[in-house]
Amino acid sequence: MTVVIAGASLAGLTAAETLRAEGYEGAVIVVDPSTTIPADRPPLSKQVLAGEWPPEKAQHRAAARVPELALDLRLGVAATALDAATRSVTLSDGSLISADGIVLAMGAAPRRLPGNQPAGVHVLRTMDDCLALRSDLDKMPARVAVIGAGFIGAEVAATCRSRGLEVTLIEVAPLPLGRVLPGELGGFIADLHRAHGVEVILGLGVEGLDSITGTDGSQRVSGVRLTDGNVVSAEVVVVGIGVVPNTGWLEGSGLRLDNGVTCDATCSAAPAIVAAGDVASWPNPLYDEVMRVEQWENAIEQGEYAAKRLLAELQGTELPAPFASIPWFWSDQYDRKIQMAGRPSSSDEIIIPEGSIEEQRFVALFRRGDLCTGVLGVNRPRHVMQVRMKLTESLSWDSAFSVFA
Amino acid sequence: MKIVVNYDLCESNAICMAVAPEVFEVRDDDFLYLLTEEPGEELREKMEESVRRCPKQAITIEG
Ligand SMILES: Cc1cc2nc3c(=O)[nH]c(=O)nc-3n(C[C@H](O)[C@H](O)[C@H](O)COP(=O)(O)OP(=O)(O)OC[C@H]3O[C@@H](n4cnc5c(N)ncnc54)[C@H](O)[C@@H]3O)c2cc1C
Ligand code: SF4
Repeated sequence: MTVVIAGASLAGLTAAETLRAEGYEGAVIVVDPSTTIPADRPPLSKQVLAGEWPPEKAQHRAAARVPELALDLRLGVAATALDAATRSVTLSDGSLISADGIVLAMGAAPRRLPGNQPAGVHVLRTMDDCLALRSDLDKMPARVAVIGAGFIGAEVAATCRSRGLEVTLIEVAPLPLGRVLPGELGGFIADLHRAHGVEVILGLGVEGLDSITGTDGSQRVSGVRLTDGNVVSAEVVVVGIGVVPNTGWLEGSGLRLDNGVTCDATCSAAPAIVAAGDVASWPNPLYDEVMRVEQWENAIEQGEYAAKRLLAELQGTELPAPFASIPWFWSDQYDRKIQMAGRPSSSDEIIIPEGSIEEQRFVALFRRGDLCTGVLGVNRPRHVMQVRMKLTESLSWDSAFSVFA
Repeated sequence: MKIVVNYDLCESNAICMAVAPEVFEVRDDDFLYLLTEEPGEELREKMEESVRRCPKQAITIEG
């Protein structure tokens, strides 16, 4: 029996580990275009970028277990085509594999600005991206412009400040993190950055990049042109405007692709084909919503689940219950540790049962009717997790709020 | 089986508490406390799960 796993990062290697832990003894072929096992990504916007950690330290746990898992690991090789009906996978080295089961764990790739990319413009997803940016930061640029105040942008801005650099954070939405956080809290994030000396520009888009031509004819970024005509001069620009799931190679495979690989409630995309991590979109039974979650813990949880689900199908045993999860993530910005669980929408009501925004240490609960849709904590990890444990049982507002009774 | 937490790495995000509240507890002071350092064998699977989920790779199992 042969299982092919596309992607050797968090979700893919967790799936491989789980297959072995569950007693699967057949072949496991893991392919990834990366030429080394991908780094653990969270430190890439934090400790490694700050220069506090050497690159070797940002290795995720499963990576160290690869030898004992007896995987057929093919690095530097991408999956390039799939026929879902026959489960035949074509690889970039020309080989064709006929698989009994497939785990899709290709993650996502950062969006770039359109147009040419002069030197000094960075995105941040891989260790190579991180080291390229870090080496530009080592040259002490006069200013770094960060485009996009999502979590990656906000963390990069904070890390650059901690390195003593001048930073401008530019966000087209009226508030940072608008995609995930109700308004007032976006305001908190903006204020946090301003208090640390970041110039925060909100509600303005980017028209384009200015560049200068070096003596050798090469182009180097010199500024960011905003939609109001102003220019932010910057020698380094970091673009953090979201990611796109890596599903290009699945066009024509027979799988449904819609904001990632479309799965059923058990993370299955087609018979004996499952998906996990940043690339997977599935109806989460706890919420009335089809979700794609770009978070570290989800990649592990879903990687484990998808592997078990696939094995059950291959072995003809009972399928597990649908993948029900309360997504959780953390983000470190300055000395604030932000954690969030659940899936609030920007229109949910905010209730602060503990601490206050002024103290920069608080818990915020999100309410929609009788439901608690999520919780956010700033330096309040215990409460976030206690609420999350309640939400796992039910989204009932009363039950979530009882944590603070 | 002995559980060892590297407190230099741990950042008290309480993921382990969600997996095994009978062993891990993050208290009001935001520090992680081990309720037992030597959980029984019946908890091995949960301990392994905690090791896998810990974002800081702060937990190890000895024995
Ligand atoms: C800088 C940074 C900081 C982050 N910080 C946090 C944080 O603080 N908290 C948090 O919760 N989350 C954080 N995240 C998100 C978290 O790291 C991701 O959710 C997680 O890496 C997703 O894992 P994955 O395995 O699904 O995808 P990925 O890690 O993206 O891995 C996918 C792999 O698939 C490979 N691949 C792509 N195409 C193919 C193909 N055709 N064939 C084979 N392989 C392919 C890729 O090369 C890649 O190695 C951060 C992410 C980044 C980039
Ligand atoms: S999961 Fe890890 S980092 Fe979080 S509290 Fe437990 S040991 Fe500490």
